[in-house]
Amino acid sequence: MTPIISVANLSKTYGTGFKALTNVNLDIDKGEIFALLGPNGAGKTTLIGIVCGIVNASEGSVTVGGHDINRDYRAARSLIGLVPQELHTDAFETVWATASFSRGLFGKPKNPDHIEKVLKALSLWDKKDSKIITLSGGMKRRVMIAKALSHEPQILFLDEPTAGVDVELRKGMWEVVRGLKASGVTIILTTHYIDEAEEMADRVGVINKGEIILVEDKADLMQKLGRKRLTLHLQGRLDRIPEALAPYHLALGEEGRQLVYDYDTRGERTGITSLLGDLRNAGIRFADLETTQSSLEDIFVSLVRPQ
Amino acid sequence: MNHRAIGAIYKFEMSRTWRTLLQSIVSPVVSTSLYFVVFGAAIGSRITEVEGVSYGTFIVPGLIMLSVLTQSIMNASFGIYFPKFVGTIYEILSAPVSFFEIVLGYVGAAATKSILLGLIILATAALFVPLHIHHPLWMIAFLVLTAVTFSLFGFIIGIWADGFEKLQMIPMLVVTPLTFLGGSFYSVNMLPPTWRGVALLNPVVYLISGFRWSFYEIADVSVAVSIGMTLAFLVICLIIVAWIFRTGYRLKR
Repeated sequence: MTPIISVANLSKTYGTGFKALTNVNLDIDKGEIFALLGPNGAGKTTLIGIVCGIVNASEGSVTVGGHDINRDYRAARSLIGLVPQELHTDAFETVWATASFSRGLFGKPKNPDHIEKVLKALSLWDKKDSKIITLSGGMKRRVMIAKALSHEPQILFLDEPTAGVDVELRKGMWEVVRGLKASGVTIILTTHYIDEAEEMADRVGVINKGEIILVEDKADLMQKLGRKRLTLHLQGRLDRIPEALAPYHLALGEEGRQLVYDYDTRGERTGITSLLGDLRNAGIRFADLETTQSSLEDIFVSLVRPQ
Repeated sequence: MNHRAIGAIYKFEMSRTWRTLLQSIVSPVVSTSLYFVVFGAAIGSRITEVEGVSYGTFIVPGLIMLSVLTQSIMNASFGIYFPKFVGTIYEILSAPVSFFEIVLGYVGAAATKSILLGLIILATAALFVPLHIHHPLWMIAFLVLTAVTFSLFGFIIGIWADGFEKLQMIPMLVVTPLTFLGGSFYSVNMLPPTWRGVALLNPVVYLISGFRWSFYEIADVSVAVSIGMTLAFLVICLIIVAWIFRTGYRLKR
């Protein structure tokens, strides 16, 4: 399948000399939800800016739907809806006017039914005649999403869409995103709420210091990099871990009532069987046990942590 | 050509005009009326005719130009500066529009507004002084050409400005003095020869002279020179705008 967005050897150095992107290569498949993760200043917004035409690339090329973003910018850009991170709105316009403006700007004929559908889906319908300045932050965020969706894009960029949005609204927003995916829209999102990426994304890319350090199917990534933790709830209390168990690098928790064992699912052996055997030999009894899988957040933190 | 985008920008800008009706239309009309009261009625009654027309009548074209020049610059510069300032420019930059279409939308709206304003001031003037326009078509042509040219100039200022101070600086410190000294209230021919030579370096002289000619057939410089100078300024502005958009100057990082 040809990717809907193809980024090749992309670099960006700002006028100040700051190198925001270094030789980025990335393909986005049609219809997927792609989560771009990275710490602040990693280059996420610069990358989105270049694809959308807001930032000039220093080197490399980008195609959107097979159209070069410079040579064939009209065709490329008309496929894209962009929701930037900052809340940039025309304060004195009404919700309806601003959404209609966006549709016109993208060259689409008037379609009040579509605008109505978008505003209703984002719970903005009863605010359609309100000036944007009177809306709350969460509503403004949704207005920006409405603007991006007003021209029926094939690709939607959501740059930190849920920053500053309350839990209830976030859920609603992800409902909309799921609906869009179901209708065939490709979605690229950046988020700091890694649990959201974990829940929503099909694939995950991690960017750090301007370089893509990993692009992986989310499930594969979780499995590949996933560390698991075995927690044993002891019947008695341990003051210290017996010498015989030293090779397992166990930790004591809950004032000696828990033994914690971290293991790697990638290894040929997890070491669980021998650990349990050695525990019995050492005369340590446990009442219960549980295993937990490390979250995407743990993986992310371990990837971008300074070496 | 993305004509819907041009329409969207134009409509957006015009709706801003109606929203700020007091500031954008009423206040220039009031200040122009004050000029008529002060220069036309009070001082003008003590002045004999200038080149065959009464002083009150003589200053009408200059007063219209004064407003059209400053308002064109203010409208267009604010129109493009404001999205830059609040950040909504992201949408314009990411839309499938050419730079030419963006200019058409913004400059078209700014020029429309100042042409309307010029006509309103003309109508206001007719309440104070007797008016006769010899060449109405040329009058309209000068009005449109000036409004478009200076809206383009304002657009350039709006892109260049990185603060509200700079936005005000050119209209206040350059254009207003040039307009006052450009023969709004007098004929350049009234000046001593040396100062007349200096005055002819002021491009606004040519605009006002040509515009006044379309009213009364009196001119400080020949009409052809007036038109030529205005067109030259228009072309210079167009070249600068083309360069801005090719390089993304102050728009794209």
